[in-house]
Order: sequence, then C-alpha cells, then structure tokens
Amino acid sequence: MSTVTLYKNARLLDPASNLDMKGELLTEGDKIIALGESVEAPADAEIVDVGGKCLCPGLIDMRVFVGIPGADYKDTIENTGEAAAAGGVTTVLVQPNTDPVLDNTAHIEFLENRAKNALVNFVPMAAATKKMEGKEMTEIGLMTNAGHKVFGDCSSTIENAAIMNRVLKYASTFDAVIVQHLAEPSLSKNGCMNAGDLASRLGLPGIPTAAETLVLERDVRLLKGTGGRYHASQVTCADSIEILKRAKDADLNVTAGVAVPHLSLNEFAIEDYRTFMKLSPPLRGEEDRIAVVEALKDGTIDVIVSGHDPEDPESKRVPFEQAEPGVVGLETLLNVCLEMHHNGSMELLDILSKMTCNPAKIMGLESGVLAAGAPADLCIFDLNTPYTINAEDMVSVTKNTCFDGKPVQGRVLKTVVGGKCVFDYNG
Amino acid sequence: MSAFSHPHLLGIEGLKEAAITEILDLADEYVEQNKQTNKKKDVLEGLTQINLFFENSTRTRMSFELAGKRLGADVINMSTSTSSIKKGETLIDTASTLNAMRPDLLVVRHGMSGAVKLLSRKVDCAVLNAGDGKHEHPTQALLDALTIRRRKGRLARLTVAICGDVLHSRVARSNIHLLNIMGARVRLIGPPTLIPSGAERLGCEVFHNMEEGLKGCDIVMMLRLQTERMHGGYFPSVSEYFTLYGLDYEKLENAKEDALIMHPGPMNRGVEIDAAVADDLTRSAIQEQVEMGVAVRMACLDLLTRKKRGEG
Repeated sequence: MSTVTLYKNARLLDPASNLDMKGELLTEGDKIIALGESVEAPADAEIVDVGGKCLCPGLIDMRVFVGIPGADYKDTIENTGEAAAAGGVTTVLVQPNTDPVLDNTAHIEFLENRAKNALVNFVPMAAATKKMEGKEMTEIGLMTNAGHKVFGDCSSTIENAAIMNRVLKYASTFDAVIVQHLAEPSLSKNGCMNAGDLASRLGLPGIPTAAETLVLERDVRLLKGTGGRYHASQVTCADSIEILKRAKDADLNVTAGVAVPHLSLNEFAIEDYRTFMKLSPPLRGEEDRIAVVEALKDGTIDVIVSGHDPEDPESKRVPFEQAEPGVVGLETLLNVCLEMHHNGSMELLDILSKMTCNPAKIMGLESGVLAAGAPADLCIFDLNTPYTINAEDMVSVTKNTCFDGKPVQGRVLKTVVGGKCVFDYNG
Repeated sequence: MSAFSHPHLLGIEGLKEAAITEILDLADEYVEQNKQTNKKKDVLEGLTQINLFFENSTRTRMSFELAGKRLGADVINMSTSTSSIKKGETLIDTASTLNAMRPDLLVVRHGMSGAVKLLSRKVDCAVLNAGDGKHEHPTQALLDALTIRRRKGRLARLTVAICGDVLHSRVARSNIHLLNIMGARVRLIGPPTLIPSGAERLGCEVFHNMEEGLKGCDIVMMLRLQTERMHGGYFPSVSEYFTLYGLDYEKLENAKEDALIMHPGPMNRGVEIDAAVADDLTRSAIQEQVEMGVAVRMACLDLLTRKKRGEG
C-alpha cells in the first residue's frame, strides 16, 4: 500500500495556476492527489507540518553537467543528485557532453540506468549531432520514439547553417526541441571573458556579444523557414533580447534560458582573475545584465538554469585563460534567485515559473505543477531565513561556486521526489 | 617613510605618482653605481631571489639576474623546461613548492594574464611581475620612464606615441598606466585590429594613420609585432604593415625634431621599424633602455625588500 502524506499549514505556490494560498496538499505514492484550503486525508496519513513555509513544485534545472560517464573525478550521479536535492531541484536535464557522448539510445539508456537510484530525476538531453561534432544529425526520430524530447550539442554550437537548418526541419516532425549554445566559434574560441574595456585592461582575450547574437539571429531566421521548436540555452546580452522579442512577436516557437550568475553578476566579478567566475558564455557588462533581468520579468526569457558544472580543482587552480569555464549551482539556484523577490524586482510566482512549469513545458514533463495527478515532486522552502553561502558547506564534491560568501535570504527545507523526502534541512 | 610600500610589484595600475617617482629616483642612483668599476652593493646580502620564467626571455631574465647579483642576492634561475609544469603540476602547486624553499624574492614571467597575481597570493615573499600575458610588464614601463626622464628631464606634459601591436602588448598597457599617472599625454597608433577595444577609456587618443598620430610627438615608442600571439590575420601582409605603420625617416618627420625613438626589443627590423632609424644613435634610445632596465630592476628589488631588511 502506498504512503499517503498530508502537507498541512503550507503556503502553496503554483506558478502554472497562479496559486498563492494557505492550504494543504495530499500525496499518495508518487502523485499529488489533492490540494486546497483544506483537504480530506485518511486517518493513517503521514502528516508533515510545513509550519507556514512555502511549498512549490520541485525545481527543474535545464542545464546540469555530470561527470558520468567519462569524468567521475568531477562529480558522480549520486553526488549530483544530493546537490540537486539540497537545492530543491527534483529534475535535472543532463547535458550530453559525457564520454561517450549521449548521441544514441544505447548511451542514453546507460545513463538512465546509472541514474535509476539517484535522489532526483535525471532526464538526459540527447546530442543533436553525432559526437556533438556538428556534422551529422543523430537519430532524432528513434530517440524521440524512446521518449526523449530535448536535443542539443551542449557547449558546442551547431555552427554549420545547413546542418542546423536540417536539424530544425527534421526535429519538427517529432515535436522535439533543439537547444542551441550561443557562441559563434570563430569569435569565441580564443576568448575567455566579455570583450570590452575590462578585457583590454586585464589583457585577456574577449568574446564579443556578437558571438551570441550572430548565432541567435541566424537560427531564428532558419526557424522561420523550417518550423520546429528552438530553445536558446543561455542568453546574456541586450541585443539577444531584442532578437528574441522579434521572434516571439512573429509567433516562432522560441524559448530562452538564462543562468543564475548572468542575472546576479557582471564582468567585474572576475576582477583579480577569479577563475570561479569564468563561464561560457562569459559574464557580461552591467547594462547587459540589467537587460537580461528585465527580459526575465517581461517573459522574453522563459527559464532560469543553474548551469551546474563541477570542475575539478586542477581545472581552476591555473591562470584565468587556461581555466575551464563552469561553476556549480544546483545548491544556490533558488536562494540566489529569491534576491529578485526580496528586492522587489520580481513577483515570487513569476520567479518560480522559470524553474518549474516553464522548463516542464519545454521538456514535455508532467511535473513542475501542483495539481492532482501530477508527480509528487515538491520543494518546501523558508522565504526569509538570511544566511551566507559557504562553499565548504556544499554537498557538491567540487566547490567551484561563484557565490561563496554571498549573503542570501531563503533556504530549502525539504525536497520531495516521487512522494519521497530526499532532503531535509533539519535532518 | 617610503612612498613605495607595496608587498609586490604586480603592475603599474594602482601605483601612485610618488611611488613611481621614488623608484625612478633610486634607479637614477643605481645608474651611476653601474658605471663604476665595482658595481656591487650588499643590500640584498643573504637574500634569495628566484627568477621563475614560464616563458622564454633571455634579455629580461639576464637583466633581473644582473640586478639581483649586483645587489648581493643569491640568484637562481628556473625555466619551464626544468619545471614540473610540464608534468601537469598546477601553477599553485609550483608556488607552494617554491614557497617552501623560503625565497625572499620571486621574479615571475608567465604567458597568461593574471598568472603572476595568482601566484603572489600563494607565497609569503615579494613577487615581481616580469611580464604576464597581455596584461602588464611594470619594470619595462619604469625603465622606459627612466629613459625618457633622463633625456627630457620630465614626464609630465610630454606627448608619447605608442605605435603598432598594442592589442597583444603588456608593455603598452603598463606604459599607458604609467604615463597617465605621471601626467604625460598618450597616443596609440596602429591598425584598428591591433588596438584594444575601449582604448580611449584607458586615457589615450587613438590614431589609425601614422603620419597624423605622430604629429608633434616628443616620444615615439614602437612595439614589436607579436605574431606568435596572433590567431589569423590581423593585417594583410608584413609589407603593407611596414608601409603603413613601420617607422621610417619619412614618417618620423611628423614628430618633433628632437623626438626620441624607443623600442622594448627584440626588434623586427624592416617590419615595425626601419633598420637605419633603429640604429640612429642621435634619435634612438633603444640601447639606453636596456641599460636603464638593470638600474630600474635593482631599485625595485631594493624597495621590495626594505621592510624585510628592517628599513621600510
């Protein structure tokens, strides 16, 4: 007999239905079965008193890197699951740049099998081209039939316009979404930070925003001719927002994401050559950061990702130019984003929509909502606890966070996946 | 009380005018000492100086070696070919290992911007930047300043043209900072592909026409074309580059009659500078720059260890 659990005395937050009310939620097994001001529960139901804190759908993170297979020294599936649970994240979209690359059903099944016992849901993103080389498309049809809906070459931009044209056209038959990394290789390959005054001063090769906008503009134009679904993995600059707005106004099926560091930090964070601030795409100037925050508010940007990318210390204990880009972020996804609620720049439900129902919709998931019949993937958090992020307290094996020492307000208290509690802050 | 109270010399940016003047004044004294038969002093006696060169530069390394030895330090040279870097050790591991040997001075040259700063945070001794990537080369800017000051008597209000491959030049960055701090007017001259973006906001006037840029200049500082740092063509051909941006007598006529020609070396004759101009002792201060280099480095080594020697 499956367990019935009543979450009472909760502030229920469901961005999908615009719900923000005091109430109760009942789960049975791995599903939500009822929610409302007061719900009827069987006498033997397990009772969880949420203590007036927030209860929302478990977070969905569309950009997470794991070391398995091929680089288990960076992080393991088990550990990534623990980090996700600690951050209130119940589903992660695993990037395909593993070794071997997730470019066929066999490799994807291997990862799924390895992740079967993980604390959270691991959804593999399949490569859009074989070995992510940008030359030949993968078996998008067969993989879609096997239940995979999201395709992309991770941190490799699909550079060849003809290939991208074909991928978009072909994927549209299967209602698959193509995720693109926006970095025109000839403009970005030798750079390591935002191009501009600061790069000139620090003597570091820059990556202009044009590296991002050229790819986005091209892809949007291709989409117009091919149809299909397109997701810009991470946008970082004002010019990209303009392109996205135009594409959305033209009713093209375009969505876009942004990584937490690009919302919270600008290029000056790398002053002093801090390798933990090295990202791909790089942190941009303040005007671009503001434009991206505004686009998040007005809905031009649909999704917030952590970009969780554990790098081993050796990859970061080197000069800035040589360091690998990437930071961990699963454990700081929610609390850093809550800053936008506390400073009054965004409504709480609006922020949560970017990490729950919006990514769920793009990925074709049933989760991301509080509704009867939906998976019992939940996040319970205290909106107001102030504390300082400490890298040493993190669950991630590698501690390459760019938020070490940052004061935040809000803490994940409990994470529930498929009806089971996988993280409890109070033990 | 010394105006130069920094634990390291990592760059010119952030230094005050008084600190630069103090280095130059002391360097002036060492110039005179270096002209004596007995060039040695014992101010660094008992101290260990390690010259850690991750990038080849015989001239700069020798200049630092000579500077340390003339001040009585025990000088050890270490280059990448003998280091553990090639065996996969990170820069920070190297720093920890060296630190355990308790050096008093580390002179570091590295091909990556910011690498010397990173290293300085991991060691207990004074670190002197001997050039990091495209970032800074502070002693080069100081020796250039000393050369100019001795020839022209001042730095303030002089118009200095820095010409050529500014984009890849750490020498240019350090010079821009120093000349701005000391009240000189800086012009950058070069093709747009070799001028860093936002150069105007570093306090410079930018010219893409050599004749125009050189008009009325007191100093013409040429830069080496760093083809080894270039990926792809930044200009169509060497011959076009020399025609448009190479310093020859014809272009030089636009500068002041007594304009001083400088070059940090090594020179590509016939590429960025005409051989005859480079060797014209009445106009060129290139050899003098090398001489000033030893004196400036002696001054820096002296000042960086004063506190340790109980004199700071």
